[in-house]
Amino acid sequence: MKKTPPVLPGVHTNRRNVLMGGAALGAATLFMPKGLRAQDFPTDQVNTTGLAVTDTTATVGILHSITGTMAISETGSVQAEKLAIAQINAQGGILGRQIDFIQEDGASDWPTFAEKARKLLINDRVPAVMGCWTSASRKAVLPIFEQQNGFLYYPTFYEGLEESPNVIYTGQEATQQIIAGLDWVMREKGAESFYLIGSDYIWPRTSNKIARIHIEKNGKQVVGEDYFPLEHTQFNSTINRIRLQRPDVIYAIVVGGSNVAFYRQLKAAGIDLTREAPTLLTISVTEDEILGIGGDNIEGAYACMKYFQSLDNPNNEAFVAAFKEMWGSDIVIGDVTQAAYLGPWLWKAAVERAGSFDVDKVREASPGIELDTAPEGYVKVHDNHHLWSRTRVGRANAEGQYDVVYETADLIEPNPFPEGYQ
Amino acid sequence: MTRQYRLFTLEEAVNFALLALLIFVILPAMLDPFRLNLFGKYLTYAFVAVGLVLCWGAGGILSLGQGVFFGLGGYCMAMFLKLEASTPEATAIQSTPGIPDFMDWNRVTELPWWWEPFQSLPFTLVAIVAVPSAFAFVIGLAMFTRRVGGVYFAIITQAIAAILTILIIGQQGYTGGVNGMTDLRTLAGWDIRPDSAKLVLYFVNGALLFLCLLAGQWVRKGKVGRLLVAMRDQEDRVRFSGYNVANFKIFVFCLGAAFAAIGGAMFTLQVGFMSPTLIGIVPSIMMVIMCAVGGRHSLLGAVYGALIVNGAQTFFSEQMPELWLFAMGALFISVVMFFPTGLAGLYEDHIRPRLPGLRPRRPGRAEPIATAAAE
Repeated sequence: MKKTPPVLPGVHTNRRNVLMGGAALGAATLFMPKGLRAQDFPTDQVNTTGLAVTDTTATVGILHSITGTMAISETGSVQAEKLAIAQINAQGGILGRQIDFIQEDGASDWPTFAEKARKLLINDRVPAVMGCWTSASRKAVLPIFEQQNGFLYYPTFYEGLEESPNVIYTGQEATQQIIAGLDWVMREKGAESFYLIGSDYIWPRTSNKIARIHIEKNGKQVVGEDYFPLEHTQFNSTINRIRLQRPDVIYAIVVGGSNVAFYRQLKAAGIDLTREAPTLLTISVTEDEILGIGGDNIEGAYACMKYFQSLDNPNNEAFVAAFKEMWGSDIVIGDVTQAAYLGPWLWKAAVERAGSFDVDKVREASPGIELDTAPEGYVKVHDNHHLWSRTRVGRANAEGQYDVVYETADLIEPNPFPEGYQ
Repeated sequence: MTRQYRLFTLEEAVNFALLALLIFVILPAMLDPFRLNLFGKYLTYAFVAVGLVLCWGAGGILSLGQGVFFGLGGYCMAMFLKLEASTPEATAIQSTPGIPDFMDWNRVTELPWWWEPFQSLPFTLVAIVAVPSAFAFVIGLAMFTRRVGGVYFAIITQAIAAILTILIIGQQGYTGGVNGMTDLRTLAGWDIRPDSAKLVLYFVNGALLFLCLLAGQWVRKGKVGRLLVAMRDQEDRVRFSGYNVANFKIFVFCLGAAFAAIGGAMFTLQVGFMSPTLIGIVPSIMMVIMCAVGGRHSLLGAVYGALIVNGAQTFFSEQMPELWLFAMGALFISVVMFFPTGLAGLYEDHIRPRLPGLRPRRPGRAEPIATAAAE
């Protein structure tokens, strides 16, 4: 007769301890409740689909670009995922098994992402993959995850319009990030006119589409909308138009290296963001990007994110300390890095709730998973595989950090297919 | 046909047979479906490398923009597959059901007219070869009749690769932009995603590659091939002999483009998507490197070159994800330093002389490599 693995009640309870262990990773085990024992969860019961799970280890995949143009953005995610895995292991692993990982390099190249995703799922049979950053890389691997029934934790805030049974989206979809920020700027700054700027690809375009509809719904005005190719560095013509139009808000979704040129040229053109007007609101500049832009070039700009490194709560304090302990004290942590950190923890919670590593069971167990140890505070997995989370507005200071000026009172429901915004 | 133009020597026939044995018997027998699919992908680059042997090795026309033709072929295939995947039922959640998802995201509300013909499979199959060849013809006509060659031609092809990439990314409502065309499912109702389909596609791919190799061999052994070599080494003499040099160059450039396009279409089918990252300057140069590693004077060498370069890339990046680029760099540098004529050169210098019954080539017949390298 088969023994049924015990089902864990309330997996989210009392996990704050996990991070309170703080900077000393090794010491963390002292504070931990004793880990689950692997022999209580026989491998033939927790792994009925031939995944890379043995009596002692479970091997997951990490799939990010660590070479090429995206490496600078994705490195933080890799570091966060490795930190989370190390902490989970220090705590006794998952169902008594240590977490091992196979890291593959997507090389900032979408076909390579597809190749490596196939390798991780077909060859290595990993039960979960933490990975991808750009929408293009996610779109490239998505059919593979759906066909091979893999399970992906995707960390980046993105355009929405997607809800795959094989992906958990740990970043914000577009409406979560955009609407609360626009409401705030209309209410607090009395903004009447907006100028939308973006890099020319799907995420900025979809985001600006949502922003424009929301702005016009509220009876305010969009006075300009411009797009620039990725890696574009000449923003003078747009900056001239901004000076002519005098919008109350510059709404900027410029990505990657273009940011450096954009903010420097704004400053050089005499648009001082530290003054009362205009207000610059961005959803694409995290602390990582400020490293390149330079704090004094972007000082005074507002960003709308779910996480800032400066968030003042015990979870975040412990997270930042542990991150610096592992990866160096001068490192900065942006929104996506934090979202990547949630991936392994959400997977652990789902596996423990399911009592199994099998993808179908983990998927079934995922909606409703709560994590009150998240550095951003409390998050919860929605039925649509996105996270309920708070949205915050921060103001950039000269040190390259954000001072949080606003936080939504409630968690915002994720809605990847927003009615009336398409 | 005189004896001099015989298609194969015995030695060449044996080498062709060995490659066929490798592709059709040994690899499928040894590899699991995942690895076999990877080799199928590598072999799609071999089409480009074979085309480059004709253009560059034989004709002396170095193109750094072969990715353009690979991409155009691939995009033609992808457009057909994308339309087939975008049925009104499958896209019911869109504002405009029945058009590809990326069009809907970009507020395009009806299928552009130039997409319409790609609903038809026969049209698509013709377009895969015809569109890139026609484009190559226009480039060739513009360049070669004005006697633009050598380095200038290489730079211009590179610029075209850059321009096409920017164009595709910029026109994302019609092309899918940076994301490319993803989530391709069926070819005329046949699901291309399962392992069984990948196996069939691998063999189709191999068969097409051999057709291209045979065509390449026929061109090289024929009068055109001899004229190409003559042009490469002494273009003016050929011109003074009364031949229209430009026409031959245009022909071989179009042929290389057609080969690359077939490879691109097979890539789309086997990998399941197409994106601008396969068109740009970097992949185009990688394709030249594959050709160089294999040996630019050997059709079969180019196939081995494509297999080795891509295989090494996969191997190194799996073994050492942080350092694999350095390993690839070391591979390329050592090939250029120690085997400037590539694998085929190694074979000529070290293996061939030891084979029974084969005399070393007479000096007069050896292809003058120094002049080509100087170009």
